[in-house]
Amino acid sequence: MDLTTFLQNCVTGVSLGSAYALIAIGYTMVYGILRLINFAHGDIFMMAGYFTIFAITNFMLPWYVAILVVIIATVILGAAIERAAYKPLREAPRMSIMISAIGVSFLLVNLATYLFTGLPRSFPKLGFLQHVYKIGDVSAPVVTFITPVITIVLLFVLIYLVNHTKMGMAMRAVSKDYEASRLMGIEINTIITITFIIGSALAAIGAILYFSPRPMVYPFSGMMPGLKCFIAAVIGGIGNIPGAVIGGFVIGIAETFLVAVFPSMTGYSDAFTFVLLIIMLVFRPTGLLGENITEKV
Amino acid sequence: MTDKPNVLKVQDVTVQFGGVVAVNNLNLEINKNEIIGLIGPNGAGKTTAFNAITGVYAPTNGAIYLNGELLSSNFPDKKMQGIYAGENLGKYNVRLAPTPDIITRKGIARTFQNIRLFKNLTVFDNVLIAKHMTVKANPFSATFMLNREEERRIRQESMDLLEMLGLADVKNDISTSLPYGKQRHLEIARALATKPQLLLLDEPAAGMNPQESDELMHFVARIRDDFDLSILMIEHHMQVVMGICSRIYVLDYGITIASGNPKEIQNNPKVIEAYLGVDE
Amino acid sequence: MVLKKSTKAILTTVLVVAALVLLYMLDNGVIGSSYTVRIVRLSFIYALIGVSMNLVNGFTGLFSLGQAGFMAIGAYTVGVLTIPVDLRPNVYYLKPMAEGLANVEVPFGVALLLGGIFAAVFAALIGAPVLRLKSDYLAIATLGFSEIIRAIIANDQLAPITNGSLGIKSVPGFTSIFVPVAISVAGIAIMALLIKSSYGRAFKAIREDEIAAEAMGINLFKHKELSFTVSAFFAAIGGGLLAAHLTAVDSNQFKIMVTFEILLIIVLGGMGSITGTCIAAFAITAGKEWLRFFDAPFFIGAWQVPLFRPGLRMVIFSLLLMAIVLFYRRGLMGTKEFSWDGIFNFFHRLQDEIRRRLKKPAREVQ
Repeated sequence: MDLTTFLQNCVTGVSLGSAYALIAIGYTMVYGILRLINFAHGDIFMMAGYFTIFAITNFMLPWYVAILVVIIATVILGAAIERAAYKPLREAPRMSIMISAIGVSFLLVNLATYLFTGLPRSFPKLGFLQHVYKIGDVSAPVVTFITPVITIVLLFVLIYLVNHTKMGMAMRAVSKDYEASRLMGIEINTIITITFIIGSALAAIGAILYFSPRPMVYPFSGMMPGLKCFIAAVIGGIGNIPGAVIGGFVIGIAETFLVAVFPSMTGYSDAFTFVLLIIMLVFRPTGLLGENITEKV
Repeated sequence: MTDKPNVLKVQDVTVQFGGVVAVNNLNLEINKNEIIGLIGPNGAGKTTAFNAITGVYAPTNGAIYLNGELLSSNFPDKKMQGIYAGENLGKYNVRLAPTPDIITRKGIARTFQNIRLFKNLTVFDNVLIAKHMTVKANPFSATFMLNREEERRIRQESMDLLEMLGLADVKNDISTSLPYGKQRHLEIARALATKPQLLLLDEPAAGMNPQESDELMHFVARIRDDFDLSILMIEHHMQVVMGICSRIYVLDYGITIASGNPKEIQNNPKVIEAYLGVDE
Repeated sequence: MVLKKSTKAILTTVLVVAALVLLYMLDNGVIGSSYTVRIVRLSFIYALIGVSMNLVNGFTGLFSLGQAGFMAIGAYTVGVLTIPVDLRPNVYYLKPMAEGLANVEVPFGVALLLGGIFAAVFAALIGAPVLRLKSDYLAIATLGFSEIIRAIIANDQLAPITNGSLGIKSVPGFTSIFVPVAISVAGIAIMALLIKSSYGRAFKAIREDEIAAEAMGINLFKHKELSFTVSAFFAAIGGGLLAAHLTAVDSNQFKIMVTFEILLIIVLGGMGSITGTCIAAFAITAGKEWLRFFDAPFFIGAWQVPLFRPGLRMVIFSLLLMAIVLFYRRGLMGTKEFSWDGIFNFFHRLQDEIRRRLKKPAREVQ
């Protein structure tokens, strides 16, 4: 591999990783607070892809309005799912709420198939994002270059939000101890809804950035990215926001290089992510940045 | 000291979580048929000590012996290994950390502070499950019912146990439907079903009124005699502890601040200080 | 209210005989169509796979989502080993079958058993790292393994064995409906016996409280591994039956969605109920077929009813799953099993309830 190809792959990998990172944050935040793998998160991401198609292709909105509309629609979807499918199960066994999450995922996929048909839809071009840009010998659409920038900016905003605002403090409190936070007068349900809103908004941005360099959206296109991003969150240390971003980068870059270096392994690129997960879970179950939690007896 | 080894010997056991030392250098001995109390304010490390003995946590340092046989040990400091592990050094050089199920099989059974019954199962099944570890049949022969004799035996033993402990009439009830006191009894019954030599009771009288805890006290003394047990119990009801324990260990902030017979403990200024605080 | 033992025995015998007669009539075309036969066959197969998943999820309390992968192992083993040698060049037309395998054809039963054993061995191997994980990590890891199996099977490099993404066609089908029915019933019976045994009680103990179970001398890992392996074995048997049922195998049949559908079955039937799973397997398999009209345009006179178009059926099924999880978490049976006493008491309660409801308005008038 010569330097140009290497750099080209770096750019692609980092960009893919950044999109993964945005989605992984949603998983990690929800897990941090509810101890729930939000299986539906990948499908919320898929829905955001469809929303973008509708906003731009069908309603002909200018791209900057479209992005806003997509974020709002996704946030409403995410919050509605939380209220309808997870809130009633707060006191239920863990397995029930996970099954509910799977149910929502199942529903969203089937709903997308029903509403938008199972055929792939082409993803629209978002204004200048698609212009091919050249830095040295490396060329890629603008979106590929700005994705990491957006991710890093959002990460810092989020870290500020979590560490330096009252709401962030409440979030951290809820994730440490649910009951005690309630007793301290924290509105648990509000905090959980806010978590879902942030997660969904990031998923919407992630969807736009992820689908832009790709041609198609179809009902199952949220499934694999969703699982990979959850794995990214686990690799980074579940519940840890910077960890999720690191995990996203690790998976995005590793996946890109796997395909570039071993083209014959392309069929295994999804499986490879799971191999990473299993290696991680065996050798460092708490993830790269996670902390150890011992169960109280 | 008698020539018989202690039923349980805890030697210099420390349990540390990150920077928190939950149990610091605990030394404890239990002789045959003794009932020993372990007391101390909340957060003193009593339950952690139990968890170290039963294998839920591996000790950060120290050794635990059952009937003179090394049960678990950990000596991160190589120099100390020779001193503590003694003749066992060759056998287990650094760290021996069996899981709780192995320790139960070796003869230590326990109850839990916040009752942990098998909630949706019947009283009888709760006890029967504790007999599972004595089942010799492999999964195949158990599935195809080739071990009928054995199955009959464990059922009979479980039934006998329930009868001895006065739970026979509720044997088909779901365990959590029992009144609180009975649930405590069932938890003890379940522990006894593993045929332990040493029984660890974690706050058996918690939430009981004076009359109930008085009954519990007699119950504990009775099972000690009937089942030929040694008992270590964590308890906050002083009436119970002082009533049946031959010796008492007092923990505070993980440190053993006193040990001795009930009289000595009651008059120990350090104990009074730990429980009541000092006047400024 | 408890029925007499002899009454129960008579009722059970009547039920079994009636079922056998119905199956015989189906098999000989006296009643139903080949379509009905297919649905009945499929229901039995799904009941077997459902119970195998329930063994791990409902009885042992582990959240495993790897069923589709194990089914794929079983299905491919049967597909590869039973396809008639003379038909192979037509099926493996892109890449010929591997040398050592090209002339190996074994009877269906042997291939089925082999598939089960492969899956069990694989489950035992992955169980070692995976079963030590906390429940939600276990879910994602098993899901991952199931996808890995699918990716490996569909990959071009394995085409000489699995025919890659083309799948395998011309798999011999069943000669009689009694073949899949007998195998499914036997499989379910074996798992039921295991659950009834001392080991099954240990599984339930782990489900109820891992820490207490371990304190009772139960080796958590060994028992989880046992449950997981047996579950994989029977899932693969179910997968093998499925291959013969469809007379074709394709890696796309074993996507994550299949695991979710089986999950729907066990949630509907009740996590921890074998009979519940069986009833739900029939209800859902049959329901899915009979509700196909939702997917077709529907006319009342000349007016086309809106909403009726492809995909509606699956939306209804996902809404059903959500409704069960949210409002009826215990499913049909909870952790209980079907019994004649249960049925009897149910009707008794129903009768009381109806009487009470009928009386109530009268009282309000006073």
